[in-house]
Amino acid sequence: MKTAVLVFPGSNCDHDAYHALKRVVGVDAEFVWHKRSSLDGFDAVVIPGGFTYGDYLRTGAMAKLSPVMGAVRRFAESGGPVLGICNGFQILLEAGLLPGAMIVNDSLRFVCDYVHLRAGADRTPFTRGIPEGTILKIPVAHYQGNYFADEETLSCLEERGQVVFRYCDPQGNVTRESNPNGSARNIAGICSEGGNVLGMMPHPERCAEEALGSADGRRLFDAMVAWLGERPA
Amino acid sequence: MKAKIHVTLKRGVLDPQGKAIRASLSHLGIDGVEDVRVGKFMEITLKEIGAEEARRRLDEACRRLLANTVIEEYRIEIGG
Repeated sequence: MKTAVLVFPGSNCDHDAYHALKRVVGVDAEFVWHKRSSLDGFDAVVIPGGFTYGDYLRTGAMAKLSPVMGAVRRFAESGGPVLGICNGFQILLEAGLLPGAMIVNDSLRFVCDYVHLRAGADRTPFTRGIPEGTILKIPVAHYQGNYFADEETLSCLEERGQVVFRYCDPQGNVTRESNPNGSARNIAGICSEGGNVLGMMPHPERCAEEALGSADGRRLFDAMVAWLGERPA
Repeated sequence: MKAKIHVTLKRGVLDPQGKAIRASLSHLGIDGVEDVRVGKFMEITLKEIGAEEARRRLDEACRRLLANTVIEEYRIEIGG
């Protein structure tokens, strides 16, 4: 079982993701430079956070054209688990692997804080076994995390159970006050129709150990390992 | 040949920067500003490929990279 942690110019959470996978969870992990065009031999892909290409033009707009993204598309289409965190989520949106787009936070401020998330249907490899309604405490750190999609797309996401995480208060209530960036319908994370591609603004790799203030993020990586372990070879 | 590309957020997509700028203009005492939308402006220099072909290529460039049509609209001006 081997996981790929993609590295683009400007990725800066790649080592955190690698650490969480390799040292905390104990699964084999390898950095994959964005110029590589194959993901053969990998069982899961993590696109970490950062500021790829300095966020030129739009967040993720340049990275979506890197050679490795063609391989990510093929990997995703064949059902492989892909997790995009923060800028990784923005890249997945720009690449069209997930619907919608990110705009500037409604506060016009960079938000860097712990938030609470309410889990939706547990249909992704990273959330299986995390029951609907579970409250997770995971930090965010972004300037452009204000999720936007037209009403039709939003309704479609909800109907198909593709809303994986919503910002909520510590009790699990999805409120306007608990929304750190103005995201439509408090959306913090969504998955593809097939469920195998998950994009989320909060950083599970930054809270995979109690020493860091929360170990809730580890649950996503543990779920991934369990999912891969059960998958027929 | 030159081309200009204007990229702006679609109507209905919140533009927090535009809102903040409008408020600042009002603080300056510049009244009568109803709305501000912030966008991007790109000046592109092309080989002489003819206006029609230039427009075709730039339209593709906008759709595939320069604009994100989920949130943005674009306008191409050829020449000038």
